[in-house]
Amino acid sequence: MRIKRISTFIMNKSIRMATLLIAVCFISFVLISASPIDPVQSYVGADMTRVGSEQREKIAEHWGLDKSPAEQFINWGSSLIRGDLGTSMIFRRPVIEVIKTRFISSLALMGTAWLLSGVIGFLLGNVAAMKQGTWIDKLIKGYCLTLASTPTFWIGLFLLIVFAVWLGWFPIGLGVPAGVLSQDVTLIEHIKHLILPAITLSLVGVSNVALHTRQKLLEVLSSDYILFARARGEKGFQLFWRHGLRNVALPAITLQFTSFSELFGGAVLAEQVFSYPGLGQITVQAGLRGDVPLLLGIVIFSAIFVFIGNLIADAIYYFVDPRTRGGRAI
Amino acid sequence: MNLGRKNISMIKINNIKLSIQKKLNRRQRTLVITIVAAIVLTSILVGGLLISDQRIATNFEQKNLSPSIEHPFGTDWLGRDMFVRTIKGLTLSIGVGTLSAVISAGIALTLGLLSATMGKWMDRFITWLVDLFLSVPHLITLILISFVLGGGMKGVIVGVSLTHWPSLTRIIRAEVMQIRSAEYVQISRKLGRTRKWVAIHHILPHLIPQFFVGLMLLFPHAILHEAAITFLGFGLSPHKPAIGIILSESMRYLSTGMWWLAFFPGIFLIMIIRGFDILGENLRLLVDPHNAHN
Repeated sequence: MRIKRISTFIMNKSIRMATLLIAVCFISFVLISASPIDPVQSYVGADMTRVGSEQREKIAEHWGLDKSPAEQFINWGSSLIRGDLGTSMIFRRPVIEVIKTRFISSLALMGTAWLLSGVIGFLLGNVAAMKQGTWIDKLIKGYCLTLASTPTFWIGLFLLIVFAVWLGWFPIGLGVPAGVLSQDVTLIEHIKHLILPAITLSLVGVSNVALHTRQKLLEVLSSDYILFARARGEKGFQLFWRHGLRNVALPAITLQFTSFSELFGGAVLAEQVFSYPGLGQITVQAGLRGDVPLLLGIVIFSAIFVFIGNLIADAIYYFVDPRTRGGRAI
Repeated sequence: MNLGRKNISMIKINNIKLSIQKKLNRRQRTLVITIVAAIVLTSILVGGLLISDQRIATNFEQKNLSPSIEHPFGTDWLGRDMFVRTIKGLTLSIGVGTLSAVISAGIALTLGLLSATMGKWMDRFITWLVDLFLSVPHLITLILISFVLGGGMKGVIVGVSLTHWPSLTRIIRAEVMQIRSAEYVQISRKLGRTRKWVAIHHILPHLIPQFFVGLMLLFPHAILHEAAITFLGFGLSPHKPAIGIILSESMRYLSTGMWWLAFFPGIFLIMIIRGFDILGENLRLLVDPHNAHN
């Protein structure tokens, strides 16, 4: 019974993912082939005048650009299924390789920010709800609401001004010190370059979790069993620990997993501000310099990334909270 | 609740608060805040439209000045007054934000209504479409769309409009589903009215407040994303005084200590976004009958 339930859950989710992914691939492909940007021209760049029309045709033929869009899509799609995303024009390396190396450094950034914002946001939300109506609640709420309307990149710039330019505590940008061979870079230096972008991302990420947790705990606090617990004389931390925590932890955790989309978007901005060599930075480069295979690869990769987050959130709800399992009669 | 001393002190505090707030009740206060926010936003909009471009002409005699009374936000490396540039940029942001929020809310209203009234398959298709647009990070979709449209104003407006409708569509769909099960709708259907007639005459009028509130709440997001995409270099052209352009240009001068290039425009952008947020939230409170008499 249990195995059957798990397998249907996985089956349903995979079908859903497959349809969405195919649609994402198809739509992005159609969009890009309908764009006025000539891939050959963006590949050649400033040397366009020195490249003859014959050479241009050769390049187009090499990429299969002379075929019809439908044929191109089938070619691209079939190599996609084999795991071949094509070759990046900027890096002259397979797209999948570029994404892999960049994603590892992005993962360090996003992971740190994700954990920090989750923990701090959860704590702030709980404190605000337990102290509802006091100045501390108002402070936390005000902070979260202001942060929610602050552009990520501006926070990055602000931190850069204060901590890198004025105080000089941190380097101004880049993932590693300039002029040092990559094998000589120490772990400490990696971490030093990671701290500011990570703080930027987590400052923004806090507000969502904190506001939701606060709302959820307020709902819990107005329930009958809390009233009963209060009547028994429980209060403060004991009350929260016994009756509050369990009820708010699950929504907060799942919310944090469904925030992968904003996390990814935030990382693009933070990496751009700090010139941190991650996935976000090459997304911007791929867009600005017309690297179509890389851009398509990143779109698909980000969709998978977001989907995995949602899948984990759904799975946690489904397996941990028995109330959310559907398909049963009342 | 733990009774006793604490409660008495609570009552005392409340009495003090009451005596301060006696003049206005909560509804009136919300109204006042809303009006103030609206006035601030409109004055920035009008200010930006009225100030001539002369004020941001390059002036090398006054370059790189830190904030002073004459130039409250300082000047940049071309001697342009940052205060005027900021106001102009915000006007542009509000304009782009308005247009894309309106388009986005229009899409959401149409799709939400279609989804909840036109049968099971339409509903499935539209929920799937919502999921599809939520499955790729907003910013990546934005980059893709502006890339496809070759950047510029058009790219930003289309991009922001096409990425912001899904959440409002969900809200409107849920709202319609509720109204749909109301008795008068059922009776109307039984009396032989078509789905389309019911949708337009019975359901649409109830959605108008939802629509406007949703529109106001889309605003801050639209402006935020406009600034972000421009900052990344996909949006408005560098000649326009957009906030995103100002901030991305300022990056090159930050290491020389010219903090005012980034600080003031950012603060003002936050104020604007927060202003629209407050406006939307308050509108929601005032319109929503459950909260109307609080």
